[in-house]
Order: sequence, then C-alpha cells, then structure tokens
Amino acid sequence: MKIRESFPERAENPISGTIVKYLFFLCVLISLLTTAGILYSLLSQAIGFFFEVPLIDFLTGTRWAPILKPQAYGVLPLVCGTLLVAAIAAVVALPVGLATAIFLSEYAPDKIRRILKPLLEILAGVPTVVYGYFALTFVTPQLQKLVPDMLVFNALSAGLVMGIMIIPMVSSLSEDAMLAVPRSLRYAAYALGSTRLEVSLKVVVPAALSGIIASFIIAVSRAIGETMLVTLAAGATPRMTFNVFDSIQTMTAYIVQLSLGEAPHGSLEYNTIFAVGLLLFVMTLIMNVIGHLVVRRWREVY
Amino acid sequence: MNNMTSPKSVLNTSQLSVYYGSFLALKNVDMAIQANEVTALIGPSGCGKSTLLRCFNRMNDLIPDAVVEGKVLFNGKDLYGSEINPTEIRSRIGMVFQKPNPFPKSIFDNVAFGLKVNGYTGKMDEAVEWALRQAALWDEVSDRLKKSALTLSGGQQQRLCIARAIAVQPEVILMDEPASALDPIATLAIEELIRELKQLYTIVIVTHNMQQAARVADKTAFLMVDDARGGYLVEYDATSKIFTNPSDSRTEAYITGRFS
Ligand SMILES: Nc1ncnc2c1ncn2[C@@H]1O[C@H](COP(=O)(O)OP(=O)(O)O)[C@@H](O)[C@H]1O
Ligand SMILES: [Mg+2]
Repeated sequence: MKIRESFPERAENPISGTIVKYLFFLCVLISLLTTAGILYSLLSQAIGFFFEVPLIDFLTGTRWAPILKPQAYGVLPLVCGTLLVAAIAAVVALPVGLATAIFLSEYAPDKIRRILKPLLEILAGVPTVVYGYFALTFVTPQLQKLVPDMLVFNALSAGLVMGIMIIPMVSSLSEDAMLAVPRSLRYAAYALGSTRLEVSLKVVVPAALSGIIASFIIAVSRAIGETMLVTLAAGATPRMTFNVFDSIQTMTAYIVQLSLGEAPHGSLEYNTIFAVGLLLFVMTLIMNVIGHLVVRRWREVY
Repeated sequence: MNNMTSPKSVLNTSQLSVYYGSFLALKNVDMAIQANEVTALIGPSGCGKSTLLRCFNRMNDLIPDAVVEGKVLFNGKDLYGSEINPTEIRSRIGMVFQKPNPFPKSIFDNVAFGLKVNGYTGKMDEAVEWALRQAALWDEVSDRLKKSALTLSGGQQQRLCIARAIAVQPEVILMDEPASALDPIATLAIEELIRELKQLYTIVIVTHNMQQAARVADKTAFLMVDDARGGYLVEYDATSKIFTNPSDSRTEAYITGRFS
C-alpha cells in the first residue's frame, strides 16, 4: 500500500485563503456595523433634542409630558416605570428560574428532563403579544379580586407575566452552566456526606455562578427592553411611583405610543423617542458591563 | 476469608453482587476488611474494583441503574438496611478519587467543606490545620490557605483531597487509584501518607500498580473478570502471601505479569 503517494498536492491557494478570511470578517462586520448604525441614528437625532432640552433636565426631571401643555421632559417617570416592571419580573424569574435549573440539572431523572425542557422552550417561544393579553385579560382580573381598587392597566400584572416569560431564559442558561460543572466535583461533595441540596447549593451553583449571573443579566436586560407586553398591560401613564397597582408607562411603551401618534418628523416631540431610546441603550449597556464585572469577581474556575 | 465474625473487621461483604442495568459487574464477593489495616484491591481493568469500593460508602446509589445485591456489614450493621442514612454513612466512610478533584474554592474552604456540611461546631481553623498536618500538606500551604486549591500541583491537590476526607474523621478511607494520575515522586508521598494514616484509619485502596500494593497493603484482594460471569474475587489474603506464595494459579499468573 502506498497511501502517502496518492495524496494530491495540498499547497494552500493564497488567494482563496484570503478570500475566506475576509468573508468571515465581513460577517463579523455586519453586526458591528449594525450596532454602530443604531448608535449613530440614535445619537444624531437625540442631539437635536438635547440642544433644546438640557441633558440634566432630561435625566433629573420628574414630570414627563412631551405632548400635553405645559410640556415637561423629565424622563424619570419612564425610567421608574421601566425599572418597576423589570424589578417585579426579576423577583419572579430569578428565584423560580434558578430553582427550575437546579431541579432540571440536579434532581430530575433523565426521563423527566426530556419532557420538561421542550415544555419550557414552548413557554419561551410564545409571542410577547400573547403574554400581554394574558396579563391584561386573565392576570389583572384575578388580581383585582384580591385588590379591588387595582387599575386595569398596572405594573404588577405586567411585571408578573414578564417574570414568567423570562423564566425559561434564566433556567435554560443557568442549567447549561450547571451541567458544565464536572461530575467529579459532585461526587467529591457527596463523598463528604453532603445532601443533594448541599451539593446543589454549595458546589454546583458556586461553580456555575458566572453562567448563572450571565443568565440573570440577559433576562433582566430582556425585561427592560420588552415592549409589547408592557404596552398592552402596564398602561400609558408616565408616573413616578413604586405602587405596583398603579398604571405606569415604560420607556419602550412610550416609544411605541409616540411612533404611532401624529407627532411630525423632526419636531421636538418626535425626537424624544431618540433621547429615550438612547437612554435605554445606555442602561442595557451598563447592565452588561456590571454583569461582566460581577462575573469576573465571582467566578470559580474549574 | 473466615474472619467474618472477627471483632476487628470493620466491613464485611457476603454474596455481594452489583449490576448496572442487566450487566453483571461484580459477582458474589465475600470479604472482610480489618480495622487499621490497608487493604488493596488489585486486578485487571473492568474487574469491578471501583464498583466494589463504591459499595462500601454507597456511592453506587448515585448511579441511576446500579443495583446492589447481597450484604455489606459496617461494624456489624447492615449498610444497606432501611434505617441507614447513606449521607451520614459517607461522612463516616470517606473517599478519595482517581483524579484529584478539589473544589474550585480556597484551600481552606476545601478542607472546611465536609466540616461545615456535617455541622461541625468547634474551631474551624484548628480542625483545618489538623487535617492538613495529617495529610502532610500543612507546611506547603500554611501561608496560602486563602489561595485557590487549583493553584496547587497535582500531587498537592491529591493530598488536599485526602486532607478534606480526613477532616471529618471518618473510620474508613476508600481510595480509588489515588496515585494513578501523579508522577513517581508525588506517588511516593501519597504512599508514605497512607502508611502513616493506617494508625488512625482503616484504608481500602484500589491500585493498578502491584508494587504499590506490595509496598502499602497489609491485605490484598485479587479480582478478575471474564465475559461469562462478570467480576469476581479470586483470592484475598495477607499481601506477603499473595505476592510470594499465592494459592490460586490465576493470582500467580497475574502478579508475575503473565496476563493483565
Ligand atoms: N456507571 C456504570 N454504568 C455501566 N457500567 C459500568 C459503570 N461503571 C462501571 N461499569 C462497568 O462495570 C465493570 C466494572 O467497572 P469498574 O468497577 O470501574 O472496574 P475497575 O475499577 O476494576 O476497572 C466494567 O465493565 C465497567 O464498564
Ligand atoms: Mg476503576
């Protein structure tokens, strides 16, 4: 047998090699350029707005009334509404999502896991508009039985349902992180007399912490950016409140409201959506930076 | 093999068989492990040494389709009896694994782990130091207890795993090829440690290395496997007897290297 002799010449063609390299790079560029484009369009149109409304007034003002006279451009009520809904969602989704992940990765026999995982994926795939109507037409009426003077549009229903909506995101990313923890660490802990719960909470969760925190951050960023659900269920009343039974307005819901309205292009009212959009962009960016820092600080490398 | 009723025997098996699903991995093992001795389990790969070892601290419970039949007595009590809590048993029968598996935590936290889960109420610092001294690791790590255990060398990591097991003061320490992932010098350090530790503990060690069994073990059990009957115990006796004058021709063939 002369195997080596029947190989063809394999000198790499320098031209095709280069083309392939640039083709891959081009794909990278698509997302980079899109991000840059978004940032540019937000910035360029927000600048006009900030010439007329000082940045400091925008960021610290507590009244948001860009259309009704007397106009006011304090964004805090929108930020407050956004954070209120996201906080309610986080209170639901983080513990429930993490507990779900622990159950799937540490407790569930293979058979059960194989049934539950696709079910969770279905939950993740439901269109957000459906969640919005679910909040408005099912959850709110139920809650109103408990709290009769709760408004039809309110932060609580929207937040709770948003929490349910992002559970699969927390659970599936956390579970991936936990499954990646080597078995040998679990055995080490069992062999020292740990219970399953101790193995889960003292070994697996700490070892998977960076992935778990990343899942929290992605989920909360999603909650901050989510639009349809809050537009439908949380209301259109910019309000500085932490009362979860009140109607509020989130930043995203405001952008939808204004985009659908009659504000003429280029007008000050119209440009508010770029200012609000820019702030939303910066908030999610900050979340991600904090996430990276936390992950680096707490990571257990194995 | 007739010392089943000897007061010194800590672990006794009778007609112990283990299945993985329908696969018979270990068949009808009868043996008694004596207190404060080192017992070595030797034999070719796949003969069920690790399986047998895991019967002693009920680690086989963690393998979903493993079924244990027959009896194991621990200090005369049925280890698989309904009143036995396997979690509690594992803190009294410790285990060291083939590949060093320290937690990705500090050196201190590794040793303190078992103390904490078992609700130790004494002074943590003192207990950790005691365990690290017992494992002959204290002098090397006393100035960096807060550093990650993963900064240690392989041999140090394995001694840390031994310290971690010792910290909860088990009666028995099970070791599954504890030196097979280590270089010769680290291996000698572990063997030296094993000889020290048998004053206080009963040790069962699986090894692939017959010289190692000869060097550290008081008793040696030779297991074999064949397709028809799964793994089984061929001969169990004083190490000197096994290595110089075995009664079974298959043992002799194995130790003289005529098959592996
Ligand atoms: N978790 C398991 N599931 C199925 N079969 C296993 C499992 N662990 C071990 N076995 C099988 O049982 C037999 C004995 O394995 P083991 O006890 O690991 O042998 P040894 O430690 O002597 O090499 C082998 O055939 C092995 O493939
Ligand atoms: Mg083995």
